[in-house]
Amino acid sequence: MIRAGAQALWSHWARHRLQLLVVIIGLALATGLWTGVQAINAEARVSYDRAASALGQTNLQQITRADGPLRLADFVALRRAGWLVSPIAQGGLRGTGLEVLGFDPFTAPQGAAVPDLRGAGDLSAFLVPPGVVFVHPETVGRLPDGLPPARVLDTIAPGRLVTDLSIAMQLLRSDTLSSIIVLENQPQGRTPLSDLDASYMLSAPSEGSDIARLTDSFHLNLTAFGLLSFAVGLFIVHAAIGLAFEQRRVLFRTLRALGLPQRALVGLLAAEAFVLATVGGSLGIVLGYVVAAALLPGVAATLSGLYGASVSGSLSLSPIWWLTGFVMAYIGAAAAAGSSLWQLSRLPILAPAMPRAWARANARTARIQAFGGLGLLTAALILGVAGDGLVAGFACLAALLLGAALLVPTALTLIIRGLSRFGTGVVTRWVWADTRQQIPALSLALMALLLALSANVGVSTMVGSFRGTFIGWLDQRLASDLYVTTRTPAEAAAFQDFVADDVHAILPIISADITLGGTPGEVFGIKDHATYRDHWPLLEGAPDVWDRVAAGTGVLVNEQLARRDDLWTGATLTLAPDWRMQIVGVYSDYGNPAGQAIIGYDTFSARFPDISPLRFAISADAPAALRDRIVMDFGLPPDNTINQEEVKAFSLEVFEQTFLVTRALNVLTLGVAGFALWASLTTVATMRLPQLAPVWALGLTRRHLATLEMGRALVLALLTAVLAVPVGLGLAWVLLAIVNVEAFGWRLPMQVFPWDWAQLLLWALVGAALAAALPMRSIAKLPPSELLKVFAHAR
Amino acid sequence: MELLHATDVSKSFETGEGPLQVLRGVSLSLTAGTSLALTGESGSGKSTLLYLIGGLDVPDAGHIRIAGTDIAGLDDPGRAALRRGTVGVVFQQFNLIPSLDVAANLAFHARLSGRHDAAWTAHLAERLGLSALLSRFPEQLSGGQQQRVAIGRTLAAKSELVLADEPTGNLDEATGDAVMDLLLELVSETGAGLLMVTHSMRLAARLDRQVGLRAGVIA
Amino acid sequence: MPVRAICAALWLICMPMIASAQGFAGLGQDAEGYALPTPAPSFTFPQDHGPHPEFRIEWWYLTAVLEGADGETYGVQWTLFRSALRPEGDVQVWMGHAGITTPKAHFTGERLARGGIGQAGVTPAPFVAWIDDWTMQSRAATGDALDALHLTATLEGATYALDLTATGPFVFHGDNGFSVKSNSGQASYYYSQPFYEVSGVLNLPDGEVAVTGQGWLDREWSSQPLDAGQLGWDWFSLHFEGGERLMGFGLRDEAGISFTYASWITPDGAVVPSNDLRLTPIRTAKVAGRDVPVDWRVELPSQGLDITTRAINDDSWQATLFPYWEGPVTAAGTHQGRGYLEMTGY
Repeated sequence: MIRAGAQALWSHWARHRLQLLVVIIGLALATGLWTGVQAINAEARVSYDRAASALGQTNLQQITRADGPLRLADFVALRRAGWLVSPIAQGGLRGTGLEVLGFDPFTAPQGAAVPDLRGAGDLSAFLVPPGVVFVHPETVGRLPDGLPPARVLDTIAPGRLVTDLSIAMQLLRSDTLSSIIVLENQPQGRTPLSDLDASYMLSAPSEGSDIARLTDSFHLNLTAFGLLSFAVGLFIVHAAIGLAFEQRRVLFRTLRALGLPQRALVGLLAAEAFVLATVGGSLGIVLGYVVAAALLPGVAATLSGLYGASVSGSLSLSPIWWLTGFVMAYIGAAAAAGSSLWQLSRLPILAPAMPRAWARANARTARIQAFGGLGLLTAALILGVAGDGLVAGFACLAALLLGAALLVPTALTLIIRGLSRFGTGVVTRWVWADTRQQIPALSLALMALLLALSANVGVSTMVGSFRGTFIGWLDQRLASDLYVTTRTPAEAAAFQDFVADDVHAILPIISADITLGGTPGEVFGIKDHATYRDHWPLLEGAPDVWDRVAAGTGVLVNEQLARRDDLWTGATLTLAPDWRMQIVGVYSDYGNPAGQAIIGYDTFSARFPDISPLRFAISADAPAALRDRIVMDFGLPPDNTINQEEVKAFSLEVFEQTFLVTRALNVLTLGVAGFALWASLTTVATMRLPQLAPVWALGLTRRHLATLEMGRALVLALLTAVLAVPVGLGLAWVLLAIVNVEAFGWRLPMQVFPWDWAQLLLWALVGAALAAALPMRSIAKLPPSELLKVFAHAR
Repeated sequence: MELLHATDVSKSFETGEGPLQVLRGVSLSLTAGTSLALTGESGSGKSTLLYLIGGLDVPDAGHIRIAGTDIAGLDDPGRAALRRGTVGVVFQQFNLIPSLDVAANLAFHARLSGRHDAAWTAHLAERLGLSALLSRFPEQLSGGQQQRVAIGRTLAAKSELVLADEPTGNLDEATGDAVMDLLLELVSETGAGLLMVTHSMRLAARLDRQVGLRAGVIA
Repeated sequence: MPVRAICAALWLICMPMIASAQGFAGLGQDAEGYALPTPAPSFTFPQDHGPHPEFRIEWWYLTAVLEGADGETYGVQWTLFRSALRPEGDVQVWMGHAGITTPKAHFTGERLARGGIGQAGVTPAPFVAWIDDWTMQSRAATGDALDALHLTATLEGATYALDLTATGPFVFHGDNGFSVKSNSGQASYYYSQPFYEVSGVLNLPDGEVAVTGQGWLDREWSSQPLDAGQLGWDWFSLHFEGGERLMGFGLRDEAGISFTYASWITPDGAVVPSNDLRLTPIRTAKVAGRDVPVDWRVELPSQGLDITTRAINDDSWQATLFPYWEGPVTAAGTHQGRGYLEMTGY
């Protein structure tokens, strides 16, 4: 009995191969984009963990000095006092974009992800100058000359050179340590930290690395896109499976009349959904791998460009993400088939043959959807205004998008009802009336389209706003022409004399690492100069802000610090236990995860007498010529002199890279939505005959009807696209004003780009036209006998 | 005046077992103001002939002249114009446009053909007993009501030739007879010609002439 | 597992005397430019108490057999190893091992450090040897710096602080401190201070224990101390009730113990080098999954010695990353006494 039932149910798919294809492709697309994004995220996270916790910095406490940088002597003093600590020297290798990580193999924590030095002679080679640098295979080609011999190791983060502590300090030309980590399980009886040196401080392990924190938002964006694609794919599957149920109503009635129990029928249909999900899910995982492999190099470039995070460009297969891929496929199939199964299990035996039973349920569904949509939009508003935290931000995003999608059918119905007043011709009026009636059948595809389009508007608005603000900010922040780094205080003094006659201004850049609000930060000392007064990107400030900074009675803080600790103009900043200053202004500081403060130069010198400036910002008439002279005549290495133009160009290049992946996903999502529209139109086309046949019989040509159908699809797409603009702007606002603030600590002003919307409308129309083309063609070529069958046969 | 003249009309369909010859050289004619019943068993080709006359399909051979025009030579737009302006078809079922209400359905054909006459349409609605149902949608009507709307729609457009394909085939006998009465009455009032396909000899007898089809030829 | 890796490397470099078979291969084959010991040396103190960076390996090795106020027997080990990574002597690596043995438990400590930054090292005057917070520091007001020492170490779960006072002279093994380690002539410089009286405190998980007893310091440095093919060694330092001491070791290769040496030390510190030492295992115990001979018959016919040594705690296992057995023993037979046994390569 079950077998016969299964055969009967399956025969439907055998006869409707296109529909079967739509279900499977829909599931594959839903699973594929989700899996692809997850694979990218997983790969990136593995890379961060590898990079960040190579030495356990992320989960171990650290010791810092309140009064300046850590040196090797601090490490030795701590060890001799009984503390089990390990030193790390980490920093950028100048002019290469590479990072040097030096560790001490003798004290590094157990289980640290550092090279294996077990082989004969390995430890000697590692310690004895020139030493060895361990690098990822992808990094080999980027190594400059003059480095120790390189050994290749897959477990090293790309772009990183792992070497012995002393070798690293030589490469970095530094006598300071970047951190001292405190191992777990410290022995009893060690000297208390405060007895050793009052300026030692034990700091809690940072929750995740800076990189992980910075990139969290990026990955949340990716995940959101993955979910969005998944939702769009689900719409496709839901529509296709719903149609298959609709078309098999008579079959269900017959099977049940012949004695197949309702429970068995539902079970068979559930099994069918399971099989479809397995096939679609498998294809989706393959697709996801392809997507991930194609996008990962871009993601890797983005992450290293924007955040300095190193991610391998090659993909490793992890069972976790393909398993979650299947889980998502099953969830998707269950969601798509669930409501149909639920209805089927509750309908009386003869009801399924009544065509309007489902239609009436649809009308009720539409009402419930509309109220649900309004409820979600309200929730989004409340979350947006009152919500707190990144999760609330994303919940707000989800509520906004889903609520807007649910309102699409109702909104379109209302709009078309309004528009139909303007049409006077009989055909026009029929088209409006018919379009309105068609909305429920296309609603899922239109919702998918709205999601894709509003995501597009939202993301392009965010990217555009980011770009506009970023360029303006770069101009302000990089107001000087040349940035020069000297190597010693003596050289710095000589340098100032050397350039004195050729420059308008030479401003020292001087900074110290201090603790701001309990986390590591920096304080800068600046000279009172027009460069700052005229250009510095202040977000807010007291009227006499620069006078007060110069006079040593005020401090400027960056936006991140202001937002993190709620310290704005007028508040008091604690720079050290005995050092407090009033905040007189807040400036924007994009791309910096840490807190920062700016004080007057004299105040800085008085506080940090040991620190003398080595870096200088120079304004000059002929910066290029001056740069040549500095290199040729003064003898500073070329890397030590940076031209402002180059920095800007590089920053913009990094920026463009950053959003390549976002754009790619945008296009993919739009493509999936286009597919959804095509699938809906194709399946709906066969059900359209009873609507079209009478009109045709009354004297409209099939070509005319097909043209009208195309127009209808275009109108619906256009209206959906128009609706998508405000939804997209809402999305952009949430991204800029909530998610960015929570994730990065800065807020970007929103800018709008109507030209982008016009382009998007055009794309929506092109997509709709492409999606409608095939179904329309088949209507135009439909044999009259097919249309006549409508009148001759009972459906 | 000869409204319809069909000569040697043939038509075959492609099926899984090869071509099926449905009409094998049928000829018939109809004068304005008269009615003709086309009878025959299922598969005799009577509906096919009706569709060919209505410009809904194209004959393989032969000529069909309606009001002096040979429609066999018309292209698709030409046949559509014929359906709009000259002939009106009442099918057995699914005549109406689901998305329009009764009033709009009644007026639809007339508006298409540019002969909309509100007073005439209202008069027809009155005569057909539809005045109270004008704002309903097709799905809210009974079968008999739907067929009355279909008849009203054709007559509202002042079609010269009314074609009806088993117009009461889906109705019970009492309702069918009532619909039939209205159809014959109104057709004779307007002076149009009526060609009706039916398998019921009882109904056929009510028309002016009867022609029987058997296996694609006039019996 | 980098630390394990490093220790493996260090083990190869600085502990060839106790190297395991696979670890030992390839080392000590030639001196590769390092300084080599020469026969009949003369030492200069305090300089020679300090490091000799031109030699490849060197150690400061102290063991003590102690009696607690609770009547139990305890053992303590404090060792600092130095290893040069190249003959220039400018790249040095240090390793500290510490142990406490009680009849029921054994505690281990291990530290590693690079040279040159002050985390570990030895200075001859004033004498101090240290790694992290472990120290062996002179507290001698007069005489030799090593005559009086203060010793501390932090182990996993225990610490100790001991004062040591020498009651006799240094003794020089082999040919005036030139100690041959194989039949083919590999040798080291080797002297000891076997006459320490010890007192101090052990800080154990169950509480403090005041202890007194006898200690023994070994100083040894070399560049190629072992012959290829030697797998490990068994080394004794024993204090007898009559005031005599015995230092004896046997080196094992595939065939068994192939080379022995003993220094018989009279109560006044005179050394009698002997080549007739016989070492015979009489009981093995399962220790850390290996069969380790914990009780021995020790014979030195030239001194009329025939004794049996028994381990205080069979599990005196130094679970450093390359582990070995090191613990206190009692001796009975022709002579009664106590001492330390070190066994490697099992």
